[in-house]
Amino acid sequence: MRESIIMKIHYGTALGAVALVAVHILMRMSQKFSDSLAYQNVLANYHFLPYALMLEVILVLLSVHGFNGLRVILLELKQGATYERAINYGSIAAMAILIAYGSRTILMAGMGIS
Amino acid sequence: MATVTVPKEEKTAVVTSPESTQKTVTLRIARINPPESTETKFEEFKVPVQKWTTVLESILYVKQNLDHSIAVRYSCRQASCGSCGMKINGKPRLACYTKISELESNVITIEPMNNFPIIRDLAVNFEQLFSTHKKMKPFIINEESEVNSDTKEFIQTPQDLEKFLQFSYCIKCGLCNSACPTMATDTSFIGPQGLAQAYRYTADNRDKGKKDRLKIVDQSHGIWRCHFAGSCSNVCPKGVDPAMAIQLLRGYLLGFGK
Repeated sequence: MRESIIMKIHYGTALGAVALVAVHILMRMSQKFSDSLAYQNVLANYHFLPYALMLEVILVLLSVHGFNGLRVILLELKQGATYERAINYGSIAAMAILIAYGSRTILMAGMGIS
Repeated sequence: MATVTVPKEEKTAVVTSPESTQKTVTLRIARINPPESTETKFEEFKVPVQKWTTVLESILYVKQNLDHSIAVRYSCRQASCGSCGMKINGKPRLACYTKISELESNVITIEPMNNFPIIRDLAVNFEQLFSTHKKMKPFIINEESEVNSDTKEFIQTPQDLEKFLQFSYCIKCGLCNSACPTMATDTSFIGPQGLAQAYRYTADNRDKGKKDRLKIVDQSHGIWRCHFAGSCSNVCPKGVDPAMAIQLLRGYLLGFGK
């Protein structure tokens, strides 16, 4: 993939994450902070489909943005064809693993499986 | 007939003792000879200076009178050729364009430029800079030609010229690359000089090679690795603003530029 497309995704995910995390924080402020972290309230978030979907989107946006950022830092740190290939594929793998693990948590909580 | 006698011009040479009146500064020159050792040693030389003495002149004084073995590259002595770039008191500058008096210090530390392989002492290898510059296709790409008799000349308005004029003042001295923090760690980075030149030709309305050049700079060690520190623009002796060129070139890639 061309670097400009990757960077467009990088900037886009940053903007999207800022917007959705702001919504997420505002939702915490709709009640007392300690109440928002109460067990039943946290579970209620996952049972409410639009909110669970928003959490899933935040997870994807932050994973893509974060791991691409890490990839860029590592590419600037050291150079070499093998190293760069390892970093590129490693970042994609790490991104996929984190999204899969986070999605599993969201799904399990949403379906009431503990 | 009247005879007019023109009085002879009197020339008076004021002779002063250099030791008693002339200011001296200490030059700390980095000595390094990579094939033998990668260790940098500093040698100190006391040189007499005038208000107008440049760093290059003082280095040449050392070469002529104190130690002829110092390796230094220079040519035009008027900031046109870009040969005498070096780190003077920690900042990349042209030695011929930097007066000792403007440094406001009695000790002048002179080192080779950062981010370049050192040949010896103050002379660095420009091979990567020139090859990167060449990769940017620093020429007008156009199927039509002004030299053909049946084609019209390429029309360019002052506004068209303004878009790239300052970037054409680049003398390839390498000071921008030396000051770039990204180049310090990413040796494959194109660098501000190459990117500014890519913009210079891409922004030229006579040029048709925009697609080619954007493809060259749009790679993992290309334009996106610039962190916009701005140190390249800060050190340019010709007033070129490579940091701005990079942002404008990014605009093309993001679809903001025409």
